[in-house]
Amino acid sequence: MDNLRLLFDAPVLSVQLLLDGILIGAIFALAAYGMTLVWGVMNIINVAQGEMVMLGGYVAFYLYKKGIHPLFGVPVAAVLLFAIGWALYRLVIFRVVDKDLFISILATFGLSILIQQLANEFFGADVRTAESGFGTYTLFSGAVTVTQIKLIAFAVAILTGAVLLWFLRKSRMGQAIRATAQNARAARVMGIDTDRVYAWTFALNAAICGASGALVAMTWIVHPYLGLPYTIRSFMIVIIAGLGNVLAVFATALALGAAENFAGFIFGAEYQAAFIFGLLVVILVSRRVWLARERRYLA
Amino acid sequence: MMSTATGKTALALGSAALLLLYGAAGALAQKGGDEIVLGAAVSLTGKYSVNGKNTKDGYDIGIKRLNEMGGVKVSGKTYKLKVVYYDDESTPARGAQLAERLINQDGVKYVLGAYSSGLTKAIAPITEKYKVPHVEGNGAARELFTEGYKYLFAVLSTSDYYLRDAVNLAAEVAKEHGRDPKTMKIAMAFENDPFSLDVRAGIVEAANKQGMKIVIDDKLPPEINDMAATLTKVKAVKPDLLLVSGHEKGATLVVRQTAEMKVDVPIVATTHCDSAKIAENLSKLAEGVLCASQWDRKLSYKDKWFGSADDYAKAFEKEFKYPAPYQAAESTASVLVFADAFQRAGSLDPEKVRDAIAKTDIMTFFGPIKFDETGKNTAKPMVLYQVRGGDYKVVAPTQWAETKMVYPRKMSQ
Repeated sequence: MDNLRLLFDAPVLSVQLLLDGILIGAIFALAAYGMTLVWGVMNIINVAQGEMVMLGGYVAFYLYKKGIHPLFGVPVAAVLLFAIGWALYRLVIFRVVDKDLFISILATFGLSILIQQLANEFFGADVRTAESGFGTYTLFSGAVTVTQIKLIAFAVAILTGAVLLWFLRKSRMGQAIRATAQNARAARVMGIDTDRVYAWTFALNAAICGASGALVAMTWIVHPYLGLPYTIRSFMIVIIAGLGNVLAVFATALALGAAENFAGFIFGAEYQAAFIFGLLVVILVSRRVWLARERRYLA
Repeated sequence: MMSTATGKTALALGSAALLLLYGAAGALAQKGGDEIVLGAAVSLTGKYSVNGKNTKDGYDIGIKRLNEMGGVKVSGKTYKLKVVYYDDESTPARGAQLAERLINQDGVKYVLGAYSSGLTKAIAPITEKYKVPHVEGNGAARELFTEGYKYLFAVLSTSDYYLRDAVNLAAEVAKEHGRDPKTMKIAMAFENDPFSLDVRAGIVEAANKQGMKIVIDDKLPPEINDMAATLTKVKAVKPDLLLVSGHEKGATLVVRQTAEMKVDVPIVATTHCDSAKIAENLSKLAEGVLCASQWDRKLSYKDKWFGSADDYAKAFEKEFKYPAPYQAAESTASVLVFADAFQRAGSLDPEKVRDAIAKTDIMTFFGPIKFDETGKNTAKPMVLYQVRGGDYKVVAPTQWAETKMVYPRKMSQ
């Protein structure tokens, strides 16, 4: 527990870990927004979530290669991935949308492998980065560092969340999406083209993932096998935050990012993921207990 | 109706052609003719596809050069060389399966190694079972040579040697600066895979010998995408050395994140930075980082096949349009070992070839090759580079070095 003592000896380290955790949490939040949407509206757990993040990363990387600032990758990746998401819906997803959850998991799992291998084939297995050229702010006379790109990612996450909320509440399509989520059959009776709603939802999800991927490539690295951790994290975030709740997703993602960073520091990087999954189990069990008690009051 | 009929014919024709091909390959190998056929499973798809291609290109250029020089002479008769390849898809199970196929169906009697320790580990028991000589240049795990394999030979330094010299170099430099190496502190982080854990074992041995203290010893998960937690710790305890092994991902992350988080450690060393292209891609951020490598074109090794290391690199670049990575150089060296052994054995009998390989003692563009009784090449040292101004400069082993290491590392601001 030397590491724990280190934290008490130098409290400024906690500031670093907390800051880093919250800022990377924002990137997880982006990937999770889409998952909560697709899961809530279409009842599909998209296992290919991380692969869309990866594709977004490559968009930023190739722009950077062409001499364009990778930050433009954020909107460009969103647009491109929107199209890819739409195409994937028309090709594959529409076939599994009303089916058993298990079928859709299998289908998206297949997609994730396919996309991974195609990326490996076309982009190569090399590890790439998109250099944003942004600097680093230092606080507490150099003891704490904050990279500008992470701040930008944080801002993008908040902005995207806000736009998404506005879109779902105010726009015609957003309302249709919410109506479909509540009751697809009733929505159809009311004249909503649910097929179109599903296509929009899935494409929107892909677009948000693409934007987060561009940020990932600028903050860390991108390679064809990047996806899985992002899929798993978004899955966890959605499980804790609940379906369709954008604000809860954001808060959970930040908490998860911070928890992960502290766990990595205290227990060593090898237990970082294990700790998070342990936490998930504890949260799910305690929530069940809590809900059961609540139900007893109601009865 | 028409279309199904043609479909069936096409299918029949296709399978007939395929059968014919298999038959031909088998017959060729068995008959021998004027050709010696070697076999290799390499990763052309999957996660090792980049390094798998390097491996194959390395074999190809070696074979091409030997054939251009007239082939190999075995007891008065000249033979050309040829390699049968299969794609192992970067999975050990597939590699083992293909090794069986090469030996049993294609009649291959000599095997060139696959890429990575994992695949070599899967293939070695097969070549051992059929008593087929297996020379490899891309499986560096130490445990490959603790199993008592008789037919497996490696031309490269095993993985526990990768960063050993970084520790020794640090001790050397410390003494020059009037510091006792025993006061030095090491922080290290390794991916949790057999290769990196071997690298770690080598460092631990070297650190114990030098009396250095290991203050951080993190294991990175294979899906590592962020080293912030580990580096925060490093920043807090201020070690004298930071050693990292996590393939291309680890190398890229440590360079990028030490720069961003301003983690200023006097010596930072990592594996895989040449394949991660850190000097090219992250030139300023990578300034002063030490990199472990099996080989470099600037070394003064020479042989009768390619000339100097630099001549090899030029020939390779001309052929394949990219600079020769060490993964290719060690593959080419494996081919040279076979060629040399065929000539000395004076026979194509696998048993005699095996014994000739065991007695190998040659100088190649890749470095000296001489196997110990476990089959690993102990004659060749590892190389350490330092990244300087977007280029790699050899700083160790000191007798081959281009220049002295800059110590402490000067990070770009």
